[in-house]
Amino acid sequence: MKFGIQINEGPYTHESSTTALNFVKAAIEAGHEIYRVFFYHDGVNNGTRYTTPPQDDRNIVNAWSELAEKHKLDLVICVAAAQRRGIVDEGEQERNGKDGNNIASGFRISGLGQLIEAGIQSDRLVVFGD
Amino acid sequence: MSTTKRFLFVNRKAPYGTIYAWESLEVVLISAAFEQDVSMVFVDDGVYQLAKGQDTSQLGIKNFSPTYKALGDYDVNKIYIEKESLDARGLTLADLLDLKYEDEDDDWAEKDSIHVVSSAELAEIMDQQDVVLSF
Repeated sequence: MKFGIQINEGPYTHESSTTALNFVKAAIEAGHEIYRVFFYHDGVNNGTRYTTPPQDDRNIVNAWSELAEKHKLDLVICVAAAQRRGIVDEGEQERNGKDGNNIASGFRISGLGQLIEAGIQSDRLVVFGD
Repeated sequence: MSTTKRFLFVNRKAPYGTIYAWESLEVVLISAAFEQDVSMVFVDDGVYQLAKGQDTSQLGIKNFSPTYKALGDYDVNKIYIEKESLDARGLTLADLLDLKYEDEDDDWAEKDSIHVVSSAELAEIMDQQDVVLSF
């Protein structure tokens, strides 16, 4: 089965990103395909490489980056939600005149249309959130 | 991309206090541009999103409730409100925005977009969807 994933919460306040991460891993292990993971609302905060949790806590951002590299996942951060929350890639840095960027490896910033397209192209869209 | 799917947006939260309602509305408007079959549901505190007379002047946040009135122009005209959620909050249809659309299959007659449905009817509506997004 082809899954689309939507994540609506940031990495640490809510469990949803970790649950989604576990779901994605389990789905891939079971032979399913992940069409796209779309980060919305505070979910965009899963994509900043500046995340530095204490050493005895898990690094959820790195976990997504590593999983994306291993399985060629398409991790998409909503541009409108990202602009509100200061998640910036090189293109956004240039467009908005910012002095740096913070997007983590394996993530890309794009529009909400990517979420709708994931709904259209996937057999199931699964939403993880509050 | 010619595939048309049935998209249902489930709105569960009050319009202010969190950003879910506002950002959900943004997704709904984008989905309309993809020419999908879009429905919306309002349950729990989500019913307050459609309340009449919203005044956000003290909050310093935009009152985005007028945008709901534009949904009909985007062919988003299946809007379901759970009766139990209204009842629990002492609300009736008269407390809500009057959302209309023009039915192109019926000589552009003006019709109500809002349908008050029971929890059981809502379950059936959800069961008929291809994609359910909850906010």
